[in-house]
Order: sequence, then structure tokens, then C-alpha cells
Amino acid sequence: MAGGSTTTSAHAGSHGSSGGGDGASRRDFLALTGNALLAVGAGSVGYAFVDYMNPSADVLALASTEVDVSQVAPGMSITVTWRGKPVFIRHRTAEEIKAAETVNAKDLPDPAVDKDRVKKKELLVLVGVCTHLGCVPLGQKVGDLRGEFGGWFCPCHGSHYDTSGRIRKGPAPANLEVPAYDFVSDKVIRIG
Amino acid sequence: MAHPLYDNALVKWVDHRMPIFSLYRHSLGDQYPAPRNLNYWWNFGSLAGLVLVTMIVTGILLAMHYTPHTSMAFSSVERIMRDVNYGWLIRYIHANGASFFFIVVYIHIFRGLYYGSYKAPRELLWMLGVVILLLMMATAFMGYVLPWGQMSFWGATVITNLFSAIPVVGKGIVTWLWGGFSVDNPTLNRFFSLHYLLPFLIVGVVVLHVWALHQFGSNNPLGIDRKGPQDSIPFHPYYTVKDMFGVGVFLVVFAAVVFFAPNYMGHPDNYTPANPLVTPPHIVPEWYFLPYYAMLRAVPDKLGGVIVMFASIAILFVLPWLDTSRVKSASFRPIYRIFFWILAIDCVVLGFCGAKPPEGIWVIISRLGTLWYFAHFLVLLPLLGFLERPSPLPQSISEPVIKGGGAIAGARAAPMEKA
Ligand code: HEM
Ligand code: FES
Repeated sequence: MAGGSTTTSAHAGSHGSSGGGDGASRRDFLALTGNALLAVGAGSVGYAFVDYMNPSADVLALASTEVDVSQVAPGMSITVTWRGKPVFIRHRTAEEIKAAETVNAKDLPDPAVDKDRVKKKELLVLVGVCTHLGCVPLGQKVGDLRGEFGGWFCPCHGSHYDTSGRIRKGPAPANLEVPAYDFVSDKVIRIG
Repeated sequence: MAHPLYDNALVKWVDHRMPIFSLYRHSLGDQYPAPRNLNYWWNFGSLAGLVLVTMIVTGILLAMHYTPHTSMAFSSVERIMRDVNYGWLIRYIHANGASFFFIVVYIHIFRGLYYGSYKAPRELLWMLGVVILLLMMATAFMGYVLPWGQMSFWGATVITNLFSAIPVVGKGIVTWLWGGFSVDNPTLNRFFSLHYLLPFLIVGVVVLHVWALHQFGSNNPLGIDRKGPQDSIPFHPYYTVKDMFGVGVFLVVFAAVVFFAPNYMGHPDNYTPANPLVTPPHIVPEWYFLPYYAMLRAVPDKLGGVIVMFASIAILFVLPWLDTSRVKSASFRPIYRIFFWILAIDCVVLGFCGAKPPEGIWVIISRLGTLWYFAHFLVLLPLLGFLERPSPLPQSISEPVIKGGGAIAGARAAPMEKA
């Protein structure tokens, strides 16, 4: 039944102006409101069903991790787990910082300047998940390939990241994500 | 309809109240007329059914000993392999059965492509087949995650991440699929739940598929309609016997792999427990996904790659309308026949590219292969209907048999009406 005709007849019915149309219009009104409520009900139950699959409270509760970074010497990297994902913490050398700072951000696939990606120049904190399809890039261990820009290299489909974790070459669309983190003290950061 | 053919009183009694025996006889028995000229390529439908049943039976058995938890999934599968009675057999049948399911279904699909089985009036039948293929892909993908090895984990990560290519909502969708911030226990649990469910949905769609099939019956190697009873033979016993013979041959090959090369089609990395912090140096999907994977990587753009990959299947849904030729069987389409084989080779080549690292020559071949795949459906098929001159069709299915010698009969046949 067309919505338009339903409302008109319901309207006519409420004025009692159409003889014999009364019963029909009342029925139309009930059908319309009934169906509308049904849609609202189904929608809200459906929302619960869909949201059921989203991260649960206990998963969300694990959302922060504290790390002591004082033992990470220049040139060294560590990997910690946060929300089930690897987080890269690299203590950058002076050359690495320089390489990251001298790039012209405008020329990059995902423009970003190095100073917006760190809290302390030396300490680069990144989510170690390739922004292409989620592999963990190489570059944390000493013998690892680091790609053409000295940062990280994702072997899955060949994405190269620089010493600021920015995408430089390959299929990944975005820079390695910088997670939210704070310095709890000089030595300890809290991620998340 | 009551048949005096039922001797057994109980059968008669039941069939009168619920004609289940008659339903069977009309669907797959002596009351179901089939074209008399079906060749062995028509065996693969019933084979697919056999494999589906095998997967469900072995799957339900596996589930009795499998634990869908990240801390125990891998070891529970190893326990099935080592400690559970015949666990190795059940698991190897299930794991290789998935591969054979795809072998059988891919042959079944290419049979349809060759003989034009997707054309009117079988479009819906074809489209239901494509739905089955999609459900199979989802099922196999989730099944492969269950043993929770390195390939399980990283395959799941890469494939679910495909959805992050969707603008705006992509990331939210991925988190929702995972039930967390990475592939983890909630993901494994829901994949197990869905892996149990989907095969039964496949059974449902197979019922629809067969229902649609029975509306007009099977296509046949000549691709022409049956003109009368002389063109048909009853399904039982003729095709039940032929199908059983095919089952025998199939089981020989299947058993040979299960017993002598059960890990041939698998990947050794999946015998390493999942480690969320280390990606294996070379991740590849199962062989049956390789051509799509090659297409995904052929496109240098993330969203573009994902679209192309899904489009490669989606295009099959509209195939009945892309092919403009009214002649079904490639036997009478000299040019299409060549392109059919090129397409088949193209898919195999793409499969090889999908297994290679995405570098150098492989990227170029993947790109050309992808381009050809789409050109075949979007350019060649629409044009061929107009450009190709089909060879003359026989008058009827039985004519070559009755007059003796297909070639002579074909030559004598009146030229087909212009398509
Ligand atoms: C369309 C039918 C099915 C397909 C294509 C399929 C596919 C697969 C695949 C590819 C695997 C991974 C095998 C491996 O490498 O270890 C698997 C595992 C598994 N499947 Fe299925 N499956 C199907 C039906 C079922 C059903 C109906 C169940 C019932 C619960 C089931 C239960 C399991 C279990 C428990 C595992 C984990 C054990 C293992 O990895 O061997 N499957 N499935
Ligand atoms: S996941 Fe890193 S390049 Fe594809």
C-alpha cells in the first residue's frame, strides 16, 4: 500500500468526513503505526545483535599498557603488545632523526612532519601493523631488512616505511599509526 | 501421483500420505528424464554434493575434539592428529576435502562456461551456483583459521583487513569483524561458530540450485533443447551408474592424496602456532584463492585492489547478460572456444602469480592476466555474439545417434537461425 494514500485516508478518517471510509482509514492508521513500531523494534533489537559482535568490556579494559623505556639504548628497538597488536618503540639515532626531519612532508604519500609524530625526538612509538593489510613489518631486529628508507619494510606486499614510520613506497595507503601514549615518568610510558 | 510401481506395502502407504519416494524418483530417479548425451563433465555436480556431505560429516566429528580458544586450538588439532583414534584420517579428509571441493566446483563452473549452461533459461540456476561459490569461499577461509597456525592467523589478518579499504566505515567494520583490536580469541570463536553454520546454508542453496535445475533439466554438450522423448533417458539407472563410476574414480584420486600426500596442498607454516608479533616472511592463501590474491595485488591501490578482487566474482553474476551469443555450446562457437581456453589458462597463470612474491615480472604478468580476465567478460563476450559465425547446430540431440555419425549429421543440419 502506498504511504501517501494511507496518510490521506487516515486524515480523512480523523475528520469523519468520508462516509464508510471510516473503518478503512482507522485500519490504515493502525497498519501504519503498527508497522512503524515494528520497524523501530526490529531496528533496536537488530542493533543489539550487531553490537554484540563489537569488542566487549573486558577487551576494552585491556586497552592500556605501561612500558619502561629506560633500557632502550640508541639504535635499539623493542616490541611490546598493546591490544593484541605489536607496538614498536625505537630509540632513534641522530642520523635517523635527521633523515626523518629533512624530508619535505608535501612530497609524501601521507604527508606528516616528524615532529608531530613524536613526544620526544629520540623515542618513536608506533603501532607495528602495516596499514596495507595488517602484517607486522620487519626492522625491529638487528639483521632485519629495513627497506629503502631505513625504517621498516613490510614483506607481505612490499611497503617501505621511513625512520618516522611514514609510508614512502608500496601499496600501504597511510603512515604507521602513532598510538595515544603519555610519559608517566621519565622512564615509563603508558600506551592507550 | 500414485505409481503402481511400488511393490512394498509400507512404501506405498507412506508415499500415499507423503510422496517422498515419488519426490525422489522425480528428482533423481527413474522418473527424471535427462538428456541422453551428457558426457563426463556432467559428473562434477553430483561429485560436489558428495564432497559437501563428506565435509559436513568429517567437520562434525572434528568439532567433537576441537577447542575454539587461542590457547588450545592449535594443540587440540595436534591432539586430534596424534591421540584421537583415526583423528589424522578425519582431519586429513577434511583438510584435503576442502581442496577437492574447489577442484570439483571449479571444473563444474568451467563446464558451465564451455557449454553455455548459464544462458536462458538457466540464469538463476547459474547465479545460485555463484552464491554457493561465495559461501564456500567464506567457509573455507574461516575453516583455515581454526587450527590457529601462523598461516591461519596471518591469513585471517590480511583478509579481514581487506574491509579496511572501505572509505569511512572500513576500520569500524574490521573491529566489528574481529570483536577486538586484532585477530584474537573473539575472532576465533565467531569463525568457528560461522564455520559450523555456513555449510548448512550451502546445503540450503544447493537445494534451491537443484530446484532451479529441475525446472528445465540439464543442459547438454550440444547446448540445444530436447525436442521429445527420444532425446531423453531416465536419470536412474543411466546417470546414477555413470555418476557412481565418476565417484569411484574421484575417490581413488582423493584417497591417494589423503593417504600419500596429505600435506601437499597445505603450507608448512601452518604447523607453527600463531604468533601475533611475527608475520611469516611469505604469506600465501590456500591454492584455491591464489588467482584472486594475484588480482588483489595486481592493482597498486588498496581500495582498487579489493574492488577488482570482488568484481572478479561479481562479474559471474551478470555473465548471462554479458554473453550475447544465443548458441550455448562452445562446440559450435569456433572463436569463443579459443577464448574459453585462453581464459582457463589465464586463471591458472594468475594462480601462479598469486603464489609468487609481488615483484618484478610477476606483477606485470598479474596485471596483464587481470586485464585479460575482465576483458574476456566485458569486451569479448558481448562482441563475439555479433562477430562470430557459429557452425550449424544439429536438428536434435538424438539425430546424430539415429542417423549415425555426428559429423555427417551436423553437416546435413539446416543452418541455425541467425542469433
Ligand atoms: C563446506 C564445507 C566445509 C569446508 C569447505 C571446510 C573447510 C575447512 C578447512 C579448509 C579447514 C582447515 C583444515 C586444516 O588445514 O586443518 C577446516 C577446519 C575445520 N572444520 Fe571445516 N569445512 C567445512 C565444513 C565443516 C563443518 C560442517 C564443520 C562442523 C562443525 C567443520 C568443522 C571444522 C573444524 C572443527 C575444523 C578445525 C580442525 C582442523 O583444522 O582440521 N567444517 N574446515
Ligand atoms: S600488509 Fe604490508 S604491504 Fe601488504
